[in-house]
Order: sequence, then C-alpha cells, then structure tokens
Amino acid sequence: MKARHFDISAQPGFATVAMLTFVLLYLPIVTLVVYAFNAGNSIALWEGFSLRWFISAAQNERVQEASIRSLVVAAIAATIATLAATMAALATTRTRPYRGLTFKYAFINQPLMVPEIVTAVALLIVFSRIKVWTGYSGIGYLLAAHTAFCIPFAYLPIRARLEGMDLTLERAAADLYARPWMTFRRVTLPLLRPGIIAGFMLAFVISLDDVVITEFVKSAGQETLPTYMLGQLRRVVTPEINAIATAFLALSVAIVTIFFFVNRKKA
Amino acid sequence: MASAQEAAEAAARSDVRNRWLLSAPALLIIFFAAVGPLFIMLAYSFMAKGDYGDVKFGQFSLDGWFSVLFERDIFDDTLSLADANLSVFWRSLKLSVMTTAVTLFLGFPTAYFIATRPPEKRETWLFLITIPFWTNLLIRTFAMQEVIRNEGILNSVLLALGVIDRPIQIMFTDTAILFGMVYVYLPLMVLPLYAAMDKLDFRLVEAGYDLYATRFRVLWRIIIPLVKPGIIAGSILVFVPSLGAYVIPRVLGGGKNMMLGNYIELQFGQGRNWPLGAAISITLMAVVMVALLFYVRSATRGEAGREG
Repeated sequence: MKARHFDISAQPGFATVAMLTFVLLYLPIVTLVVYAFNAGNSIALWEGFSLRWFISAAQNERVQEASIRSLVVAAIAATIATLAATMAALATTRTRPYRGLTFKYAFINQPLMVPEIVTAVALLIVFSRIKVWTGYSGIGYLLAAHTAFCIPFAYLPIRARLEGMDLTLERAAADLYARPWMTFRRVTLPLLRPGIIAGFMLAFVISLDDVVITEFVKSAGQETLPTYMLGQLRRVVTPEINAIATAFLALSVAIVTIFFFVNRKKA
Repeated sequence: MASAQEAAEAAARSDVRNRWLLSAPALLIIFFAAVGPLFIMLAYSFMAKGDYGDVKFGQFSLDGWFSVLFERDIFDDTLSLADANLSVFWRSLKLSVMTTAVTLFLGFPTAYFIATRPPEKRETWLFLITIPFWTNLLIRTFAMQEVIRNEGILNSVLLALGVIDRPIQIMFTDTAILFGMVYVYLPLMVLPLYAAMDKLDFRLVEAGYDLYATRFRVLWRIIIPLVKPGIIAGSILVFVPSLGAYVIPRVLGGGKNMMLGNYIELQFGQGRNWPLGAAISITLMAVVMVALLFYVRSATRGEAGREG
C-alpha cells in the first residue's frame, strides 16, 4: 500500500526552496508597491493609506516630461524596429541557404550579444563626436540607439512565426493569379500578424525599460523615466519614487499580460 | 537547355538580391547605432589618451591595453601590476560566479517544482517567474534597496525579533550587489532549467527507484545529468549579464564597490582615460561573446542529442 503513495517526482526540500524563491521574488516588489500608498514621508515607516504620492508624481513636471519622452521614444523606436525586423525576417526565412545568410543572423542578433555598457560607451564616443561636428543634439540619437537594440527583439518572434508558415497558401494565391504584392497583403501579412504584434510589444517594453544606453546617449535635458529615476535614487528618497515605479510596473505588467494571452491564443 | 539553366540562375540571383535589399534597413540601423561604434571603439583603444579625456587622433599607442594590467610608476618608471584594475576585475568575477551559484541553488529546486506540477498549473507558476523578469531592472534594483537598507524591512524585522540590536549595514557592500544580482537574474536561471526539466522522462526516474536508488542518488545520477544542458544554459545566461552589470552595482554598491561596468564608465568620465576604458570594454565584450558562443553550441547540441 505504501508503494502506491510513493511520489517518484518528489525531492526533499525542493518545494520549500521553491516557495522561498517565490517569496524572495515578490517580497521586494510588494514592499515597493505598498509604500507607494504611504501617507507619510518615509519609505520605511507606515503612516496610513494615501494616494498623495501618486498625485504629487502626476503633478511633477519633470516626471510628466520624462514619461512622455519615454513613451514617444518607445513608440517610434518600436515601430521602426518592427518594420525593419519584419522585412529582415522575410528576407532570412523560407529560403535555401544563400551566401551571407549566417552573417545576417549574426549581425541582427549582435545587440543581444554585447554587454549594454559596452554598446553604451561606444555610442557615447561616436555620438558625442557627431554632436560636435553637426551641432545637432536632438532626440535622433536616442531614437537611433533604441531602434538598433530593439530590432533583434522584434525580429525573434516574427522570424519564429514565419518559420512555422509553409509556402502552400502563398503558392495557391499565386496559382490564382494574385500578384506578389496582393499575395503579401492578403495572405502572408494576416498570417504573420500575431508575430508582428508580439515583436512590436517586446520592442516597446525593451525600449521603455532601457537605462544604460539611454543614460550614456541622451543629451542634457533628455531624461526618460528610467534615467530620471536613476538620478533621483541618489537623493533623499520619498514615496513619490515608489509611486512612479508602481505606475511603471503596472504598465509593464499589463503589456506582458496582453503579450502572454496573445501568444497563448495562437497556440 | 543551357538557357533554361541560365534563367534559373538569374532568378536565384535576383531573389538573393531582393533579400539583401529587404534586410538592408535592419542591417544599416544596427551598423550605424551598434556594430560600427564598436569598431571605432576598438580603434580608440589603440590611440594615445587625450589630456582632458578623448584621444589624440592618429597617434598610435598601446598604452591603453598595457594599462589594463600594468602601471608605470610616475617617479622611477618601474612597472607594477595595476592593483586598482585587478581588484575591480576580481570583484566582478567573484560576484558573478557567486551570483551564478546562488541562483542555481535557488533556481534548480524552483524549476523542478514547477516542472512536477500538474500540466494545467505549470503555466501559472511559470507566469509568476516571468512577471519579475519583465519588470524594469531599475525598479527591481530599487525594490531590493528598500529591503536591505538600514531602515528597510529586513533590518526592521530582525530588530523586532531581537536577533540583532542595531541594523546590519548591507547597502554599499559587495553583499548588497550580490543580493541585487541574485534577485534580478534569478528568472534567467529558472526559465532554461524549466525548459530542460519539462522534457524530463520520468520513466527513467521510476526505473532508478525500481533499482533501489535513494532519492539523492536519483537526483545526482539521473535527473542532473539529464538536465545538464539547462544547467549550462542557465549558468551562462546569469553569468554574462552579471559580469557586465552596471545599474545594480551603481545603485546598491555605491561609489567604492565598482564592478567592470562602473569602472568603464569611470574611465570615460573622471578617469579621462578613454583608451583604457575602450580596452577594458573590448575585453569584457570578448569574454562575454566566448561565453555566449559556448552557450549557443551547447544549446544546439542539447537539442540534437540528450547526451550532450
């Protein structure tokens, strides 16, 4: 009888360590969120529930400006990156190997292979010189840098989706005298859409989250929300920063949850 | 006959040309804002340093690379090892190895726990791992800071329990960096481990018990060898960003406990030694790329055959 209850998959202590891991993963985030609602000035002493820090963060002009800049940069960079990545994915899948194909894979995935700090200082070197030469110090540098490191993130899900699609439907369309562009618009693109949406959302979140490259590339007065927060952490911290972080967190979690469900529906 | 073959070749050539045109935007953007600058930085590492930062153009010098490991005494011109650099390298290596070890110790049971839940519940547990993974790195670092600071929750609880009578100083130490990196990179260990364990064939585990193996022996001789590709993948995925960490040591380690990332920044800032900064960056990049190539190879081999 005892043998029947013997669970072959159990290992002593594993469940305990797993629970400890989940507590460790969530305890800091939960603390952060809870103190965002603190009525007092401290991020250590609880003085009752209040929304005052959310209100003060929302009224802080520097926070408003940084948030808008973050969203604009992420939207533009993710859009360009998704376009470029979609074209690149179409060019590198569903083909016999040709000369340069491996090179393209390596090149497109290159931003994933290099530590961010290394790319950041390399961009600092080059862009600071271009800034001197051209006198232009606008948002374009940030957009270029963000687009570049977003491309591999947009590329991966699009390429994965394309590889799962065979050419039968496109051939059928061609047999029915659809022109290549028509086939692309009416057959390939609708089939590819989940991959493109996933790629765009991934690129958007990656751009929104970036700290290191932005910190080195931005010109004066071009704070994004993460670099603003990084700057604030050096000063005396009030729950306002918890409130900003909580709002940011809510946005990220919302995007990831949507991403999760979009991907699951497909499967 | 020959013309048909020529026509086919011409079609293939034009297909390849179109494919190059189609991938051109992505390649150009990455060249302009990622790969190209790295080559320029490589060139900078071989130039003489400028007096107020930057470099002296066209003036070839190996000083940048030389000063990665050595320094020359300004008074008597004797050579010695550059202790400041070496201590930063050592701290980065030590903390990255420790981070990998601790995340493996916590992540292995966690991944195993998830992989042995009923299939319909696994996705929920996995989602709980992915949420922190997608949370902004800076926010997670800041959250860790709130836990370990002197007035933070950890010290408050320990004080209230009477375990300690004054707060333990964790912030601005190597321990703080270790805590932060373990916390931030833990999902990178759990996810590949889970992917390997998900495919684990439990009939082999059962066979082990049939042959009177103890639980520990089953773990050591059956489970661990089978999920070894996952262990390697997870370890590399944690080790690589740890080595290049910048935000975590900056926030939790303070100014003194620098890791490679902060040390590189210093050379381009107050240090005013761009060639040295460039040389260290190239070195870091090379180490990381070798580790990642090793990862790609072991990952593809892990797919091909179980034995790896």
